[in-house]
Amino acid sequence: MSKVGKKLKKNMRDNPYLAAGLVITGMVLLLIIVGLFWTPYEPTAMNAKEKLSGISLRHPMGTDNMGRDVLSRVMYGSRITLFIAMGTVAIGAFAGTIIGAVTGYFGGMLDEVMMRIIDAMFAFPSILLALVIISIFGTGWVQLLVSLGIAFVPSFARIVRGEVLRCRNMDYVENARLQGVSDLRMIFVHILPNIKGVLASAILIGFNNAVLAEAGLSYLGVGSQPPYASLGRMLSDAQQYMFTTPSYVLCPGIVIVLMVLGFAFLGEGISRWK
Amino acid sequence: MKYIIKKLGMMIATLLVVSICVFLAFSIIPGDPALRLLGTEASPELLAQTRQQMGLTDPLPVRYLRWFLGFIRGDFGVSYNYKTPVAGMIVSKIPITLTMAAMAFLMTILISIPLGIFTAKHEGSWLDRGIIVINQIIMAVPPFFSGILITFIFGMILRLFTPGGFVNYTADVGRFVRYLFFPSVAIALPKIAMTVRMLRGSLIDEAAKDYSRTAYSRGNNTNGVLYRHILKNALIPVITFLGMTLADMVAGSIVIEQVFSIPGISRILLTSISNRDYPVVEAIIMGIATIVIVVNFLVDVIYRIIDPRIGFEDE
Amino acid sequence: MTGRSFNRKAVSKLLTIVLATLTIALSGCSSDKTAGDDSSKITIGIPQDISGLDPHNITGAGTKEVLFNVFEGLVKPDENGNLNPAVASDYTISDDSKVYSFTLRDGIRFHDGSAVTAEDIKYSLERNCGLDGSEPLIKSFSNIESVSIVDDSHVDVVLTEGDSDFLTQLTVAIIPKSNQTPDSTPIGTGPYKFVSWSPQESVVMTRFDDYWGEKAFIKDVTFKITSNPDAIVMDLKGGSIDMFPRITSTQAEQLKDEFMIYEGTMNLVQALYINNAEKPFDDVRVRQALCYAINPQEIMDFVSDGAGAEIGSAMFPSYSKYFLPELNDTYNTDTDKAKELLAQAGYQNGFEFTITVPSNYTQHVDTAQVVSEQLKAIGVTANIQEVEWNTWLSDVYTDKNYQATVVGIDASTLSASSLLARYVSDSPKNLVHFNSREYDETYSKAVATADDKEKTEYYKECERILSKEAASVYIQDLPEFVALNRKFTGYVFYPIYVQDIARIRPVEQ
Repeated sequence: MSKVGKKLKKNMRDNPYLAAGLVITGMVLLLIIVGLFWTPYEPTAMNAKEKLSGISLRHPMGTDNMGRDVLSRVMYGSRITLFIAMGTVAIGAFAGTIIGAVTGYFGGMLDEVMMRIIDAMFAFPSILLALVIISIFGTGWVQLLVSLGIAFVPSFARIVRGEVLRCRNMDYVENARLQGVSDLRMIFVHILPNIKGVLASAILIGFNNAVLAEAGLSYLGVGSQPPYASLGRMLSDAQQYMFTTPSYVLCPGIVIVLMVLGFAFLGEGISRWK
Repeated sequence: MKYIIKKLGMMIATLLVVSICVFLAFSIIPGDPALRLLGTEASPELLAQTRQQMGLTDPLPVRYLRWFLGFIRGDFGVSYNYKTPVAGMIVSKIPITLTMAAMAFLMTILISIPLGIFTAKHEGSWLDRGIIVINQIIMAVPPFFSGILITFIFGMILRLFTPGGFVNYTADVGRFVRYLFFPSVAIALPKIAMTVRMLRGSLIDEAAKDYSRTAYSRGNNTNGVLYRHILKNALIPVITFLGMTLADMVAGSIVIEQVFSIPGISRILLTSISNRDYPVVEAIIMGIATIVIVVNFLVDVIYRIIDPRIGFEDE
Repeated sequence: MTGRSFNRKAVSKLLTIVLATLTIALSGCSSDKTAGDDSSKITIGIPQDISGLDPHNITGAGTKEVLFNVFEGLVKPDENGNLNPAVASDYTISDDSKVYSFTLRDGIRFHDGSAVTAEDIKYSLERNCGLDGSEPLIKSFSNIESVSIVDDSHVDVVLTEGDSDFLTQLTVAIIPKSNQTPDSTPIGTGPYKFVSWSPQESVVMTRFDDYWGEKAFIKDVTFKITSNPDAIVMDLKGGSIDMFPRITSTQAEQLKDEFMIYEGTMNLVQALYINNAEKPFDDVRVRQALCYAINPQEIMDFVSDGAGAEIGSAMFPSYSKYFLPELNDTYNTDTDKAKELLAQAGYQNGFEFTITVPSNYTQHVDTAQVVSEQLKAIGVTANIQEVEWNTWLSDVYTDKNYQATVVGIDASTLSASSLLARYVSDSPKNLVHFNSREYDETYSKAVATADDKEKTEYYKECERILSKEAASVYIQDLPEFVALNRKFTGYVFYPIYVQDIARIRPVEQ
């Protein structure tokens, strides 16, 4: 433990990305975790006397057009955003890995057909694919989660397939095959653990894309429904008050940026881990 | 040549799969298109008659074939909401979205390539580091947020453009392009950041490869031959990325059109999605998918021309 | 890579090109005002696209208010709630209110230049009667027995049963019989003629110079669809639109320095409409509990800074002849009472339901949010589902597939029946599935009565029943704030939901 601690300390000093990533992500996560148990105000509690007030001690991020506390709403909203992004990546990575591994390993007709379908899905930018799926299932955050998840499958499938193809012909796989290891065991025990590095970076990038996609779709009004709001939705509501209460627009926006930036720095830092 | 033919075949196969997926997706949705077209107050006889006319009573494969052939001929059916042919609705909007995507693409190339080379050249300098950090930040800003900020700063404070003052190309091409400048910036920003980062990494990797090290050690770096070599090799992955970016930009305009109140393809797509005006949605989605697939094909071909070493994937 | 140098020249050349391009592009971006400089044209923002161009086949107040400038009926409402002769220059009504005789205005022309004939009037009215066996487009037109041409300039409308209120229905648009495509090339007699419609973009009109009455002041009018309510203030401030009817009070606050802000009422019955046929709303106690729990004044405070007029039934104050202010007090906010009623109905632990709201109407979405918050106090969870306007029209308004909705219902004519007819149990427009025999009887008495005073009394009784039975939670008549560029003046409010652009004129220099 102390060894890891020491290594972390050393890395923190030499690796500003890691340090910055940890600090920023830590801040955002703290905001979310605290928000699970306590928010300064009820996120939906309205107050007619304090509509659109700017930053103050009572309201560190000001209030919105209904007099609701923006900080409390941001704490709640970033939880939704984080949750949807994590769910999206989980669905995408899980389904993508299985599809990629199986098609890459077995090849043949199955691979050919699956790859055409994956190519076909790739023809839709993820935001568009999600919109199509939403247009079929309807709006709401569950639909948003599922559609973004599906939209993220092809990229994971492609990455994993490529890696599996690379590993398939390596010596150790050949050896295992000669020893009569079953196909499934081969995929999940011998090949997949070897590509976890690639998968990890794909997950980090995917996570950031998911946060941005969720924000974009919520901005378009197909995500979470009022009175609760994800960060993207808050921004779209806040846009018209840019003149009177800039804090209402800037605070949720900055939190999105920090969320993505933190994970990006973290990814960068991990890749430089010595 | 064989390569190109194979890629062409794959492109057509993908297009077919896309069209089947799109068609099926919108056929399984509950709801009767005839009812949607006529409204709920229509008589049952008229409904049955319209269903017949629309060919909804035919088996699925027949309907698919008819739809697909219509699509190729540019006949996308009739909008449920506007009761007019879909083609007419979309065609006038295409130049708006495409101009915006093209401008964003142009900006991306014009800015990111020199900047990528610059940062690679000065790898490790404070300027390079600064640019990398700025890059990271820009990548973390959702395009619609930068759109809001741009509207506020350039539109409201500096008054460089009139927010919402979109002028259609049919009215005044100059003002049309001028209005699209800032939205294009909002679309291009994250793409510029990504391309710079990618090109920089790629250049550094290439320069570290054996052939360039050898060349350097022989002092072959005076006439720029080497430079061109490295750049050429380094550009290969960047071109693939830019190809995908072009498609992303069309998609990115969905949100940006909303921020800047531009009545382009995306506005129609969004309202049609929420109005469940499926013929319009199908047509736009097929259109965008076709663009993406064709661009990817072209990228593959260009790729091949630049670097003939690339063989078939997994062969 | 430091130390190994790329071709410095090539790089600097590229950078120069980039900078030059940017400079040119930016310098080209100097401020351009698209609207306002030329006061013979005006751009008006509207919150949603129109639903069609055929005046007899449109739904939605948002479409009617635009087409009001293009079409006219035999009579036309004015801002004081009177009906003035329009296509007809004069009319007489028989004593039993069965025969309405109209004189065609002399020399009146359609936008295509052709003269309006008695034949056109007959065609236009009959088109709405459903004489070919189909459902009449206007329900009350099923009362028309015949439309007969007396001579070239006189038309009689004969009713099956006498109806002293029928004149209010005759604002229906008169269109030329010769027009084969009224849904794409609308031709009317109004002060403006239609030029073009680009879906999701704009509707363009131009002044009709042969208009029979006082001609419009402004020549070119563009209704620009601004479906993103968040962009309204920016669009107005930026100058791309000159006028926006129905902005929120917060928006008005932001715009008041640069724009003329007119304040009136929208003439809508804004309510939490609840589907009486659905559980738990089939129980009158549940509906009453909601009425006790929801505080209209607080809603007005949040949504429009306290402006707006409270209502207690399906009637708004500007129909002063029918409005009953005392109904505002049928249910004064009382959480305990509400809980008690819920307990009696068997919902002591509350329940959950969904409010479907059209997303383009900020006021209704905001109201739904406040309602949802207020209902928490009695343990009722109201989820909010935002939908596009057309989806709302088809799912909620037409198919009535919903639990509750917040929306404003307008009156299409100047008669109380236009607000009350929809509560008759078998009316196809019965949005809330209200079902009361007492109401049906009272309403049919109101319609049957020829005497205006008695009729009004019956209508009032209808309102009382709606209030007592808590057909819906009636909230308010929303305040209407209209922002108008200071270059223009003359905006007038109507007691019905229209925008009369012909009255707006440039400010004299």
